[in-house]
Amino acid sequence: MANPVRSFLQVASTEEAAPPLRVVQIEGLAVLKIIKHCKEFSPALVTGQLLGLDVGSVLEVTNCFPYPIREADDEIEAEGANYQLEMMRCLREVNVDNNTVGWYQSTLLGSYQRVELIETFMNYQENIRRSVCIIYDPSRSNQGVLALKALKLSDSFMDLYRNNNFTGEKLREKNLSWVDIFEEIPIKVSNSALISAFMTELEADSPVTQCDYDRLQLSSGPFVERNMEFLIECMDDLFVEQQKFQYHYRNLSRQQAQQQAWLQKRRTENMARKAAGEEPLPEEDPSNPIFKPIPEPSRLESFLVTNQIANYCNQINGVSGQSFSRLYLMKALHED
Amino acid sequence: MYAACRGLSSPNETLILHLPRPRSKSPLSREIRAGATSRMAASVDTVLQFSSSTELSARVQPLVIFNICDCYVRRPDQAERVIGTLLGSILPDGTVDIRNSYAVPHNEFSDQVALDIEYHHNMLLSHQKVNPKEVIVGWYSTGFGVSGGSALIHEFYSREVTNPVHLTVDTGFNNGHASIKAYVSTNLSLGDRPLATQFQEIHVDLRMVEAERVGLDILKKQTVDKLPNDLDGMEATMQRLLSLVDSVYEYVDNVVEGRIPADNNIGRFIADSVASIPKLSDLDKLVNDSIQDHLLMLYLSSITRTQLSLAEKLNTAAQIL
Repeated sequence: MANPVRSFLQVASTEEAAPPLRVVQIEGLAVLKIIKHCKEFSPALVTGQLLGLDVGSVLEVTNCFPYPIREADDEIEAEGANYQLEMMRCLREVNVDNNTVGWYQSTLLGSYQRVELIETFMNYQENIRRSVCIIYDPSRSNQGVLALKALKLSDSFMDLYRNNNFTGEKLREKNLSWVDIFEEIPIKVSNSALISAFMTELEADSPVTQCDYDRLQLSSGPFVERNMEFLIECMDDLFVEQQKFQYHYRNLSRQQAQQQAWLQKRRTENMARKAAGEEPLPEEDPSNPIFKPIPEPSRLESFLVTNQIANYCNQINGVSGQSFSRLYLMKALHED
Repeated sequence: MYAACRGLSSPNETLILHLPRPRSKSPLSREIRAGATSRMAASVDTVLQFSSSTELSARVQPLVIFNICDCYVRRPDQAERVIGTLLGSILPDGTVDIRNSYAVPHNEFSDQVALDIEYHHNMLLSHQKVNPKEVIVGWYSTGFGVSGGSALIHEFYSREVTNPVHLTVDTGFNNGHASIKAYVSTNLSLGDRPLATQFQEIHVDLRMVEAERVGLDILKKQTVDKLPNDLDGMEATMQRLLSLVDSVYEYVDNVVEGRIPADNNIGRFIADSVASIPKLSDLDKLVNDSIQDHLLMLYLSSITRTQLSLAEKLNTAAQIL
C-alpha cells in the first residue's frame, strides 16, 4: 500500500529548496529611518541593521536600527555586540520582528564596492540563509532621486570566494565577469493602512513638493565634479592593477624562457652522456627554482574597481539626462 | 483672539488659579503663528492667569508619526493604547524639535498605570550611543485626548526632563480626521495644596519637508511597486510644472475676459514670478555650452565603459602558453 504520508524523519531530512530572492519589500518606516540616520551623519559613513521576515521569494524589511560609530578599537567589539543584543531584546518586547535580514550602509557618491563589503556579506551568509545589503546615497538624494539600492552577492561568486580562487581559468570556466559579482534586487515599498491614512490626511495641499524643488535645481556642477574626480581615481587604481598583471605575464614568460633554456641544456647533456654510455639525467628537476610556479595575482581587486567605475559612469549618465531636460526647460521658458 | 491672549499675559505674576480643569483645549490654535505667544484661553468666562511659561511650540518630524503608528499596529492585544518616549532636542528659540521615538511597554488598570522604567532607560542608553544629541523631550500616547492615567505618566516624565511635551496621536480618527496635538502641563495649586494638572495645548508644526523629499507617493500608498528612477521623477516634476503653468494661464484668461474678479495680490505674484526669469543676453550661448559639457561627459563615460569591457576581455580571456 502506498503510504502518501512521509514519516517525520523524511520530512525533516529533505531540504527545502529556497526560492530565489526576487523582491525586497521595505516598509516606509524603515526607509525613513535609514534616510534619517544616513543624512544626520553624512559625510561620515554609517551602518545599521535590518530586521524583518523572509517569506518565500520576498524579503520583507519591517524595521531597522542604527549602529553607533565605532572607533577602530578592539575592546569596543564587545560593546558593539552588547548593543546589538540589547536593541534586539528591547525591540522584541514591543513586538517588532526580531529577525536579522541584513544590514544597510550609507555611501558617498556610490563608492561602496570594497573588499570589506564582500567580507561582511560572507559573514552574514554563514549565519542567515538570505541576507541583503541596502545602500543609500545621501548625496544623490539631494538631486531629488531616492538613491536606495538592494544588493546581494551572486551565488557563483560566493562559491569562488569561499575557495579563494580567482585565477583566469576558474573565471572562464564559470563564465563569470565583473558584472556578476553583485546582484541588484528590485525594491518595493509597502505601508500599513494606518500610515497611509495619516499621510493622505497630513499631506500639504500645495501642488508642488520639496522633491520638485530639488529636482529642478539647475546647479548639478559640484556633484558631477566629484563624480569625475572619483572616476579618475578609480581609473588610476585600475591602471595599477593592470600593471600588476603585465608584470606577472612578463615574469611568467621569462620563467618559461628559462625553463626552455634549462631543458635544452639538459638535453644536450643527456646526448653527451648517451654518447659516453652513461645514464641520462631526468628531464625535469623539481628542486630547481625556475620551475616553481608563480602565483597569479587575484583578480578580485580589479573586478571591484571595474564595478566601481561602471557605477560612476551610470551615475554620470543619470545626472546628465536630468540636466538635459532642465536645460531645455530653461531654454523654452526663456523663449516666451 | 490674539488681543485676548495678549491681555492675559502677565509675565511677572505668579500662578493664581481659579478653577481646576483636567485639560484645556483651544480650538483656534492654528491661528497663532509660530513664534508668537501660544498661550490659550480655555474659555472666556473663567479667570485663568497662567504663569509665564516659555512660548513653546513643537516641531514633529514625520519619522515620529511613522514610528508611533507602527507601534500602535504592533501593540499587544489587550492594550488599548501605546505609550512611549519622545527624543529630540530643544532649539535655541525654545521650540522643541521631536526627532525620534520608541515605545515603552506599559500596563493600565482602572486608576493605576505601570510603566516599564528599566526598559525605558535601556532604550534611552542604546539610542544615545548612536546619537548622543537626542535627549528625552517628552512622551507620546495614542488615543484621543488626555486621560487621568496620562497625568500620572506625565508626572513621571517631568521627573526626567524639566518641561516634558505630551504628544497625542489620534489613531482612532475620532473626529473623522487625524489629529496630532501636543500639550505642556502646569501644576495647579491653591495656596499650598496641589489640586490638579492642567494640560495646555501648544502649537504643533509638522515638518513634512522630509517626507516630501522622499516622495509622498512612496509613503502614501500601501504598496509601491517600483522606486522611481531619475528620469521618471523628472517627468513627473515637469508635468506638475506644466499643469501649474496651465492653471495660471487659465486664471489670467478668465480675469481678462471678466469671468472672475481680479485679485490684485495674485496679479502681483504672477508679475513677480514672470519678472524673476533672468534676462541674460546670451542665455542661448550658456545653455548650449552646458549642453555640450554634458554631452562630453556622456561620451567620456561611454568610452570608459568600452575600455572596461575591453580590459576585461584581455585579462580574463588571455591564455597563457
